[in-house]
Amino acid sequence: MTAKASMIEIARLRKRFGQLEVLKDINLQVEQGGVVALLGPSGSGKSTLLRCMNLLVHPDDGTIRVGETTFRFGRSMEQLKAKSLAAFRSRTGMVFQSFNLFPHMSVLGNVIEAPIHVKGLDRKIAIDQAMAQLEKVGLADRAAQMPDTLSGGQKQRVAIARALAMEPEVMLFDEVTSALDPELVGEVLQAIQKLAADGMTMVIVTHEIPFARDVADRVVFMRDGYVVEEGPAREVIDTPRMDATRTFLSHFHRVGDRTSTATP
Amino acid sequence: MYEWDFSILWGYRWLFLQGLGVTVAFTAATIAGGLTIGMTAAICLLSRFRILRGIALGFIEIFRCTPVLVQLIWCYYALPMIAGIEMTPITASLLALSCYGGSFYAEIIRGGIVSIDVGQSEAASALGMPPGLAMRRIILPQALRRMLPALMNQSILQFKNTSLVSVLAVPDLVYQGQIAAHDSFRPLETYTAVAVAYFAILFPLTLYVRSRERRLGAAR
Repeated sequence: MTAKASMIEIARLRKRFGQLEVLKDINLQVEQGGVVALLGPSGSGKSTLLRCMNLLVHPDDGTIRVGETTFRFGRSMEQLKAKSLAAFRSRTGMVFQSFNLFPHMSVLGNVIEAPIHVKGLDRKIAIDQAMAQLEKVGLADRAAQMPDTLSGGQKQRVAIARALAMEPEVMLFDEVTSALDPELVGEVLQAIQKLAADGMTMVIVTHEIPFARDVADRVVFMRDGYVVEEGPAREVIDTPRMDATRTFLSHFHRVGDRTSTATP
Repeated sequence: MYEWDFSILWGYRWLFLQGLGVTVAFTAATIAGGLTIGMTAAICLLSRFRILRGIALGFIEIFRCTPVLVQLIWCYYALPMIAGIEMTPITASLLALSCYGGSFYAEIIRGGIVSIDVGQSEAASALGMPPGLAMRRIILPQALRRMLPALMNQSILQFKNTSLVSVLAVPDLVYQGQIAAHDSFRPLETYTAVAVAYFAILFPLTLYVRSRERRLGAAR
């Protein structure tokens, strides 16, 4: 163990959907303020792993600890109470590939919804905090607009502000740029980069290899439900040790070539 | 050759008006009751408890697949004999019509709820909203907007279905029409007048529902 305390600790995690075993004995630690990028081909289990971290998906076996809360899964698993689940999730922020903004609420309404109704925050305070979050992602002037009037990049930045408004201990990003037009990817990545600089603990599932290399301090490469390779971001991306990692990366990026950009 | 004479209707105007009032009040009450029952049944249908799903399904199918007329008669005459529950004709009518309407509302509401993208409830849970709160604040407001045309359609049917309460001698518009018909020996004129009254109320409503449906289609 390093000197820094780990914020997320995952041990012997398993998950199967019917016949398909998507996570096979996953062990993973993310230190406080650490940024981990989960890479791997589609179907490798990286999104499932991310969803396990806020229990949108319930693992079959293993333990998950985020901050001070530990959940044990397996045969002796106690029935998870909806209330304690909800309390746990309110401390982990998640941003989705398809934004999932609430279309019947304004941008501001989206951001203040959970602070008011989950945390019980006073409306005035919630609005002040929401405006500060929107300011951070550069969308304070859009507060009154409805989500469907925004571009994809703006929607995703609102989704980030919405998650941040709950003041989570960790942020989880699930392929947040995959549904965006190429020219809108940059603004979202910038917002994430800013968060990393602020010291937020983050786990990022992404196909943006150069971004992962820049912003993550560790990279976890997954295939077929296993962690194949894991290490410092630049090391794994620039000089992968495993064949599987090398093959995967070669689709995006010539190994060792630092100037190339991702054109998947 | 039959000589039409609508002038006789004027003498029964207060009777008709009273009947219309009862019909409208019955419609309003059974829509409210039906929506309450329908919402409850829909939530039960979506429950993770098999027993609740079974009960809701049984209830819905019994009321959806039998004639309202029989349900009315059954509520008023059979319930007292079987269960010892005595009801006035009005209570029995309200109960039967609310259950009948509720069984249809339930299917509409259930369909509306499951039509909302699963990402919405995921986003709500990820923000720490418990299931009930997510349903109330996130899913239902979107679902209700989407199912409004179907709910209004069903409510229009409900308006017409109230005409059946006349079999239990509840003095609605049709019942008063019957009285006027027997009294005046002019059934064709009185029933025509009754039909015109129903049409005058429902036709604007159907137009409204249609325009609403169009707008909803355009918004998507």
